[in-house]
Formats: sequence, structure tokens, C-alpha cells
Amino acid sequence: MNIESVLRALLVAGFIGLIELLCRTHVIPQSVLIAPSQMLTHLVSVVSAGVYGKDILFSFTNIAVAALLAIVSGFLVGLAVHSMPRLRAALEPLLASYYAVPTFIFYPVFIVVFGVGHGSIIAIAVLLAVVAMITATLTGLDRIPGVLRKSAAVMRMSRLQTAWRIELPAALPYLFGGVKLAVAYAFIGVIASEFILSGSGIGYAIAFAYNNFESDNMYALMLLVLISVTLINAALNYFDRRLQARRQR
Amino acid sequence: MLRILPTFLLVVALIAAWQGLHLVIGAGALTSPWMTVSHLVSMMATGDLWSNVGATAKAFVYAMGLALIGGIVLGVLLGVNRLAGAVAEPILLNLYAIPKVTLYPLVLLCFGLGLSSKVAFGVMHGLIPILLFTMNAIRQMRPVYLRTAGTLRLTPIQSLVHVLLPAILPEVVAGVRLGFALTLLGVLIGEMFASQRGLGYMAVNAMGLGDIPTIMAVALLITIIAVTCNSLMLMLDKKLQHR
Amino acid sequence: MTFALKGGSVEPLRVAPDTRTPHVTLSQVTRSFKKAGTKEMFAALGPIDLTLNEGEFFSVVGPSGCGKSTLMDVLSGLARPTSGEVMFEGKVITSVPDGVGVVFQEDASFPWLTVHDNIAFGLRRSGVEGAEVERRVAYALGFMGLRDFAGAYPAQLSGGMRQRVCIARTLVMQPRLILMDEPFGALDQQTRLLMGDELLRLWRETGATVLLITHALDEAAMLSDRVGVMSSRPGLFIDMVETGWDRDRDSRVVSTPRFGEINARLWDKLRVETMKVMGARH
Repeated sequence: MNIESVLRALLVAGFIGLIELLCRTHVIPQSVLIAPSQMLTHLVSVVSAGVYGKDILFSFTNIAVAALLAIVSGFLVGLAVHSMPRLRAALEPLLASYYAVPTFIFYPVFIVVFGVGHGSIIAIAVLLAVVAMITATLTGLDRIPGVLRKSAAVMRMSRLQTAWRIELPAALPYLFGGVKLAVAYAFIGVIASEFILSGSGIGYAIAFAYNNFESDNMYALMLLVLISVTLINAALNYFDRRLQARRQR
Repeated sequence: MLRILPTFLLVVALIAAWQGLHLVIGAGALTSPWMTVSHLVSMMATGDLWSNVGATAKAFVYAMGLALIGGIVLGVLLGVNRLAGAVAEPILLNLYAIPKVTLYPLVLLCFGLGLSSKVAFGVMHGLIPILLFTMNAIRQMRPVYLRTAGTLRLTPIQSLVHVLLPAILPEVVAGVRLGFALTLLGVLIGEMFASQRGLGYMAVNAMGLGDIPTIMAVALLITIIAVTCNSLMLMLDKKLQHR
Repeated sequence: MTFALKGGSVEPLRVAPDTRTPHVTLSQVTRSFKKAGTKEMFAALGPIDLTLNEGEFFSVVGPSGCGKSTLMDVLSGLARPTSGEVMFEGKVITSVPDGVGVVFQEDASFPWLTVHDNIAFGLRRSGVEGAEVERRVAYALGFMGLRDFAGAYPAQLSGGMRQRVCIARTLVMQPRLILMDEPFGALDQQTRLLMGDELLRLWRETGATVLLITHALDEAAMLSDRVGVMSSRPGLFIDMVETGWDRDRDSRVVSTPRFGEINARLWDKLRVETMKVMGARH
């Protein structure tokens, strides 16, 4: 527990406490923001009553599917591109510019093609997340020290054995970095598209609550998203640290 | 010229794939490359497109300006003061990871619909990366530069302007490049549900009317603008590589 | 070849530099730091009593971590002594005074400026007018052999050349006291010997007082009028050796017997201190 953690905890607690105070004394009107404690209690009651169960399931299904698709296809594409240097050289400028393009502008296109629902939401989320995974795969494969492959050759390992037992473990930290990014982007892509246009999902529920002036529902859901993101990030970071710890020299 | 040939061929291949997709899915869902371009050209002749471009541009310029100034100033402050930087960094990283969309309703409630909301969205998306890149640039700056400034008896302002800022410039440019893309994204998303003007609004409006050519034309226009700006910034990045 | 040391001390052959006017004085200077994470202070340097005379070439040798760099920080005004005072040209210094030039161990050339602009940097910031700046920079470029590289960027140069740029940048400010902290530490031996000759040229040309910190005994013995041997932390001077070289010396003094004697004496004292740092028994 060093001084920075203490200061940070105080800062965050102080900030939340301030908001709580300003809300309770109505300096911030109830129509704009409700007290954090109220958000929490309402969230608990809403979740235990199962009110948004369907929407929560819809969103997390989308996120899981999108993340999985992005990770697997991103990895495979990265693998393929890595083994074709000429293609890679041609692709590199495009990959570098990819995140300059606001991918969301293609959401209307997907809605027209797939209609409103799982399809278009997952499509845009995958589009957002896949390139992060491709780039991470390429970097990870690049960073495998040549000496490891040479060792595999000296031990007369087959191509498949080399890939599975040497290359994959060696590239794993970078690949996992890509996984973290892909999950984050999938999350953002799903919730944002549901918010913009959808018939169900947490993003949709937030928009609905907003349009109908249901502040307590809206903030409860926003808090839910915040908590989910924090938990998922914490879990991923935990695995990341375990992965890194074994490799520190 | 020869160096970009493979990329050029790849782009041609992608356009061909687009055409193929169009033939499979049909013009009702996806317009062909040629149709999209000609539709875009005809749209450019009308005032409607340009007024929307202007609205997006206006919001973007405000948002970018605020993100730049806020990001660099705060980045410098948090970079120079080690303790403040160490305390703030995890908080900022967490804020960065939160889907900004979660805070959209709050922004709408504070700023209402229209320009201020759009600018707020843009700043929300773009400020933190610029801040983080600037802060890290200062922390990783070689201390010998400031010690040299001390031995040459520079005033604090001189040290800031002539040593600190040039030393961190490459990293700041990298951060600004990312901030640019994110600010643009934020403004467009904002337009998609919180505005009656702008390119994002145009796309969503066209979607409501089932006007696929317009959606695709707008998407194409934005892609071209974004890629061009990014390439310009990459060129600037390369120019700073003589270090 | 062996030589006898009379009772542990070596007789100087000549009196050292002509001028005996004190230029820099340290009186009972100490510097202590707070130990990280605790409230304890540990003494890094001192107490130091040292007088450098005008135009003298003085070297400091000592084991690593003994406080040599701290000494330089205090001398240059970059750091305040915890106790005692530093006087430069008759005045107590509290910040970096005018007339002091510093060359650091690491490469401090600014990568975003050309060689020419790097050298001109200090002059421009202190308001010297354009024509004078160009004149002095041109002189420094010629003196340090950098004329062909004036438009190049430091990243395009070797380590030795980059250090020359740093030295040139200091030189154009016309310092009266030049402090150098292991400036040739990152260079190979041959380059070091040649840079040593250049340093002597610089010293003669400017008439400045030079303090050189180095871990290389032969470098100190070859270049200096006087060498101070520093103990392990906290750094104290445990020996002062007068070399007695002529003012117009160069690296060829290394072939004289006197050079060997000086080296032997320096190592004699230094060996014990170095072993202390390495934790060995002596």
C-alpha cells in the first residue's frame, strides 16, 4: 500500500462522495443525475427482479460472440499474413490507417444488409475488434526470437510441433494483449450500436430509459456497464500478469 | 512509386471484392463501387452535402482544439509532477477503457442536443490518448536535456519552449494522430443520435429512408477524408524520424 | 621495469601551473540525500575542502558511486550543498553562475537540432546577436573538427562526434570553468586518447580552469596538473598528486617513467577504495 494507491483511493472516494453530496442536497437536479448510492441500490433491485434479464443476455451474447469471432479470425488472418511477406507489405499501410476510419459509419450499411438484431451488431463489433487482433498477432509472431526457431530445428521438430510447442507459447503475451484489446473493442462496439439503433440489449435499454426520463433505470444500467467493464478488465489483467510473471528474467 | 504498387493492387482487389459482394447481395442492399462514386459526385454538386460536411467540420474543429489543448497541457502538468502523474495514470487508463457510450446520456443531459453535445463527445474520445501520450513522453524524456538547460542557465519558460516541447514532439504527434481519429469518431457517433446536422446524421437519416446509395456515399467520403488526414500525419511522423 | 617509491610518496619534478589565484573554493562541503522510502539521510559527499586555481587542470578519480558526480552537481550550481559553501570567482554560488560550462557523461546533444543549431543553442538563448553567434559557432566547428557535419543531425553521428558537439556547445559560451563528468566514458580506448589531446588543446586555447571526472587513471595522470583521489562513499579526498607536466603536453607523456610513477601512486590509493566498493576483503 504505497502513497500513490492511498492518494488515488482518496481521490476516487472523495469524488464519489462529492457527487453523492451534491445530489442529495439537490445542487445537481435529480433529472440530470441521481446519487451514486441510489444508483447502486436501484441496480441491485433491478437485477434481482430480473427486469433486464433479456437485454443483459442479448448484450453479453453479442459481446462474447463478437469477441470470439474477432479473436479467432484475427489470429488466423494474422498467421496467414505473417507467412506471406509480400502480402503483408502491401497490407501494412492499410492496417496502419484502419483505426483512422470511424468504423461506426458503416453501421447503417450493416443494418440495411442484416436488419436490426444480432447480425448487424456483431458485424460492426467484429469489424472494430478484428484488426487489433491481427496487428497483435503479427507483432507477436515477429517478436519470437529467431534463436527459438533454430533450437526447434536443431531438435528436429515438425512444423506443427514447432508452431504449437514453441511459437504459440513464445508469442502468447502479445497475443493476449490483442485479446484484451479485442474484448474491449467488442464491448464498445456492441453497447454503442445497441444505443444508436437496436430493439434489445443493454445499450438499447439505456437509450430507452433516457428517452422516457427513467433516470434511475438509466443510471442503474450505466453503472452495470461500468462494473462489468471493470470486472472483465480486472480478470484479463490478472491473467496477463500471471502470463508475464513467469517470463520475467 | 514502385513501393506503393503492392498496396495499390490490394486496394484494387478490395474494390473488386466489393463489386463481387454487390453482385451477390444486390443493389438494394449494397451499391456497386461505381454507383457509389457517381452518387457521391452528384451529391457534391448539391448544397446539402456541403452544409452537412460543414456542420461536422465545425464540431470537429472545436472538439479537436479542446482535446489538443486540454490533452497537452494536462499531459505536461501530470508528466512534470511525478506524484500527480503516478496517482492519475491508472484512473485515466480505466476511463479510457470504459465504453464512452455509457456516458452519452449524461452528456446529453448536460449539454442537450446539438453542437455542444457533439463537441463534448469528440473531446471525451480524443483528450485522454493525447494526454497519456504527452504525459509518457515527458516521463521518458532523458533527464540530461533538462540538466543541460540548467547549465546553460535557461529560464523556466525557455526550458519549456526550447527543450521540453521539442524533445517530446514525436510522441505527442503519435498521440495526436490517435486523438484525431477518436475525436472524429466521437463527433460522428454523436451526430448519429444527437443532432439534426452533419455527416453522421446524414447516414442515419438515409438509413431511415432506405436510401442505400447515400449511406454508402457518405461512408466513402468519410473514409477518404480520414485516410488522407492520417496519411498526412504519418508523413509528419516520418519527418520527425531523423532523430 | 620496477621503480622504488620513496616512503610511499612521489617527488614532484616541477612546480605546477604558474597562476596560484584561487578560482573555485569548496569549504567543508557536504551533500546528503534522503534514503528512498525512509526519513534517514545518507552522506554522499564530504566534507570536502578543495581549491582550484585559475587555469588549472584538475582531475578527480575514485571508485564508482563515491560521489564524483555529486561533486560536479555542487560545483556547477545544479545542486546546493547540504552544508559548507562553494565559491566561484569570489562569490558564493547558489545557482548555476555565469561562466561555468558542463559536459555530461551521457550524450546531451539535442536530437531535433542540427549540429550547427546545437552548438548555437546556448548563445541564442542568452541573447547574443546573430552575427556574433555565427562567428563563434564557425570557430567552434573548426576547432572541434565538425565543419563538414554542421548540417547533420546527431543521430547520424558516432558517439565520439556527438560528445564533440556537446563540448563545442559548451566552448562557444566561453566558460571560465569547465566541468566534465566522464565525457569519454562511452568511447573506445583509441578515441579516448585522441579526445584527450583535443581536450588539452581546448584547455590551452581557452585558458579555462578544467575539472575532469574520470574513472580512468591513465587519463587523469596524462591530462592533469593535479589529481585528487576520492574515497568510497561518502566521497572524501584521500590524496592529491601533483603531476608537474608542462603546459604544452600531449598524450605522449604516457611513455615517460614519471607517468608510471603517478599511475602507481593513484592505483595504490584507489585499489583499497575500489575493493571496499566491491565488498572484497583487503
